[in-house]
Amino acid sequence: MTGGLMPLAMPDLRPVLPELLMTALALMILLADLIFKRKETIAFLSVVSVIIVAYVALMQTGWMGATFNGMFISDSYSMFFKIIFFLNVILTILISIRYIAVEKVNLGEYYSLILFSTLGMMIMASAGDLIVLYLGLELMALSTYILAGFLRHDMKSNEAAMKYFLLGAFASAFLLYGTSMVYGLTGTTGLKGISAYITAHGLAKNPVLILSMIFIGVAFSFKIAAAPFHMWAPDAYEGAPTSITAFMSVGPKAAGFAVLARVFLTAFGHVADWQQLLVPVSILTMAVGNIVAISQTNIKRMLAYSSIAHAGYALLGLIARSPDGLASLMNYMLIYGFMNMGAFAVIIMLRSEGFKGDNIADYEGLAKTHPVAAALMLVFMFSLTGIPPTAGFMGKFYLFMSAINSGYTGLVIVAVIFSAISAYFYLRIVMYMYMREPGGDVQLTTSPSISLALAITAVAVIAIGVLPGALFKLAGLAVVNSF
Amino acid sequence: MEKVIMNSLSFPVLSTLIFLPVAGAALLLLLPRSQETLIKWSALGVSILNFCLSIPLFANFDKTTHLMQFGERQLWIPAFNVYYSLGIDGISILFVLLSTLVTILCVLISWNSIKAKVKEFYIAILLVEGAMIGVFCALDFFLFYIFWEAMLIPMYLLIGVWGGPNRIYAAVKFFLYTLVGSVLMLVGIIVLYLYAGGTFDILELATKSYPYSLQLMLFWAFFAAFAVKVPMFPVHTWLPDAHTEAPTAGSVILAAILIKMGAYGFLRFSLPILPEASRAMTPVMMALSVIAIIYGGVICLAQTDLKRLIAYSSVSHMGFVTLGIFALNAQGMEGGILQMINHGIVTGALFLSIGAIYDRTHTRQIADYGGVASVMPTYAAMFMVFTLASIGLPSTNGFVGEFLIILGGFASNQWAGVLAATGIIIGAGYMLWLYQRVFFTATNQKVAGLGDINGREFITLLPMLVLIFWIGIYPNAFLGFMHQSVSHLLDRVNTGGINGPSVAKNITEILR
Repeated sequence: MTGGLMPLAMPDLRPVLPELLMTALALMILLADLIFKRKETIAFLSVVSVIIVAYVALMQTGWMGATFNGMFISDSYSMFFKIIFFLNVILTILISIRYIAVEKVNLGEYYSLILFSTLGMMIMASAGDLIVLYLGLELMALSTYILAGFLRHDMKSNEAAMKYFLLGAFASAFLLYGTSMVYGLTGTTGLKGISAYITAHGLAKNPVLILSMIFIGVAFSFKIAAAPFHMWAPDAYEGAPTSITAFMSVGPKAAGFAVLARVFLTAFGHVADWQQLLVPVSILTMAVGNIVAISQTNIKRMLAYSSIAHAGYALLGLIARSPDGLASLMNYMLIYGFMNMGAFAVIIMLRSEGFKGDNIADYEGLAKTHPVAAALMLVFMFSLTGIPPTAGFMGKFYLFMSAINSGYTGLVIVAVIFSAISAYFYLRIVMYMYMREPGGDVQLTTSPSISLALAITAVAVIAIGVLPGALFKLAGLAVVNSF
Repeated sequence: MEKVIMNSLSFPVLSTLIFLPVAGAALLLLLPRSQETLIKWSALGVSILNFCLSIPLFANFDKTTHLMQFGERQLWIPAFNVYYSLGIDGISILFVLLSTLVTILCVLISWNSIKAKVKEFYIAILLVEGAMIGVFCALDFFLFYIFWEAMLIPMYLLIGVWGGPNRIYAAVKFFLYTLVGSVLMLVGIIVLYLYAGGTFDILELATKSYPYSLQLMLFWAFFAAFAVKVPMFPVHTWLPDAHTEAPTAGSVILAAILIKMGAYGFLRFSLPILPEASRAMTPVMMALSVIAIIYGGVICLAQTDLKRLIAYSSVSHMGFVTLGIFALNAQGMEGGILQMINHGIVTGALFLSIGAIYDRTHTRQIADYGGVASVMPTYAAMFMVFTLASIGLPSTNGFVGEFLIILGGFASNQWAGVLAATGIIIGAGYMLWLYQRVFFTATNQKVAGLGDINGREFITLLPMLVLIFWIGIYPNAFLGFMHQSVSHLLDRVNTGGINGPSVAKNITEILR
């Protein structure tokens, strides 16, 4: 930098260190696939990589801040979401190891793709600029499209990937369209810059701005699978390998919420009443998810609709448009991650060679043949319903509380009614397991790693349900320190 | 906290009562599945130990104060100012004692009748016990809600796994009915919390005043949860199914404890927190109560199924309870609380008895019985006592409760008193007719040669028999617990200072 006319300042790389590290390690995992023949080793190395990245991320709190001219923000808000992504990816790997061997797609790329997808989510959570956001979103989405179609010889998996890809691409187009309009209006893609320009020029009621907000909102609604943009979810969830269904139902959804909240609260933070637009979306999402789930016979499809419904509940936190609301949304995403991952871990155990095990009828009499698996599934189902003393209740309670605090009592009444309706289909699983006689001979495919995943999720669901204080505090702090 | 007398026993008694059964359930979880006898004895041991630990409550209770006693308080969720706060007063103590007693009887009566998934069964029973006691002890609305809802899980399994032929329908109906009511209450709780400035403390909430429109809204939100649980007309339809299909122990828990939670909820939350709305809604509540009394009774006359008949009689009897409570005077309310205990004892005993004979005949149809008195004389004698107590014959506990309720109801609204009294006549009709059809007339082929009740069954029924006469002959032993708490509660509800006419007051004084 000595004597140059245009000093090219090196951006501060420390806030982005976890992402850099993740990139390097994901590439190394890709190479490691050439060296190690045993895919379990690759899985193990992937878990170690994530733990290293997580460690670095959690230890770098002193280096937090914005870098690359505010295009990338490392704050406690993004950190909280990254914790969700790390847990999501570790649990996914743990439940995948045996499963992809059973499915005969035990390929090393699987793990590096998962890591790249997670990297995309991390970038999304930290995006301070619509372009960076798009970059992260595409990295996440493209990796996930491939993963959804990982069962190359299975028509359903192909269909899932194709559908997910086409509709995802469509959503990306919406996002870009919205971005271009915002850029045309404000001359910037930086979230803070957009906000400043809107206030400075009094654009809050500008129709083009409203239109671009709607476009961007639609794009994110695709990602979180909110109705009426949820159509891809059931097919993609059903066809994708079960481990990837689990992965997709938590990670991309949380990442979608992360950017949705950040863009709307930062860039459009001074635009009044955008949350009113989300109220019908939330109601419709809860209605579609919970009502259609009732008639499903395939458990993956049922959980797809359930995942749609949960997006509807989580939207309450955003609609509340308060620090508490945001904290409750983040809190809910973490809790949802645990309980949904746990449920999928049980589902995956039912898959064995020559037996799909994804029909609800396959759960008949599970309590008799495999009491432990049934008991765990019972815990996850009650948690998804939101019955105390499980984490699901605490998550919902926090959401409802913040929504009522912002004056949306009517919406919360709708939410609790749908929540009661959801009891019907979650309990149906319990009913099949406990109140019917075993139909056929169900063999469980167990492994130490899946047991570990089940232990982590079950303990988390109960522990958060009994002692939620620390998590509530963490989520609250993450919001206070970021917005 | 000046409103709570903290626990001065050498151990945190209420926490122990709640979590000992939970720990016992965890212990059962570790026992090998094949050791069924060991599992049964462990469950029995835990339930007896819990009962013994609840006796200090009875012995050390201070009857001269309305304050909460044996209090415990610990910050639980700082973010929402939620406390793990326990305590009991004259209204709740008897329910805690009844819960610990009934659990023992439930374990005993299920000894031979539960053959499948034995381990899970006793785990569920113990978990229900812990949650039930938690409901009656919680002094924090949030904590209360946790116990209230947590109980649904084991209860759902009890009905659905070990119940009768139509058990799944009954279990799902039970769960959905109660859940819908509960979640509406949850919304009410949150609204109340935010309005009151961020506290779930029941005692503190009961000292604040709220605008009438808010009170009214909250009253109906709470009503949704409590009325379903009681169950009041017209949301009672889950009860006959759940009662009928549940295994004996499940029916007993439902009848003796679970449905009392609804009425307890009115006493603990609706009345003290929302006094104006409660007063304003009295006519509606009394009307619903009277409908339940008469409608429940008339329906009993048409039943052909033993358990279903008792189930509908519960609707009728719980109508008396809510009538007494919403009479909003001392006689009615004390009668209502006592009648809850009575109903728990009598109906619990009736379900236990039916369970004992069902184990032998495996039929619940009244038409399949007849002449049982000649083959099972001891059993017939005990059943006679339970029948008469259910009707409310003087010197049994049913008389005291119903008398007080009708007295209170009459003082509050003459028509309610008169109509409720006809309910007793209908009650005598269906109970005596039931007794006649089952125990007298010609001996039915299906019951010929049955053995009389054995020692275990006798021991199971004996405590109920003792309590029926104890309360019936010396009710003050139990009414004494509640005087202070009830008058304090009435002071709060009737801020206008409306008390019952002095004549009725004098009659109760004489009765005591």
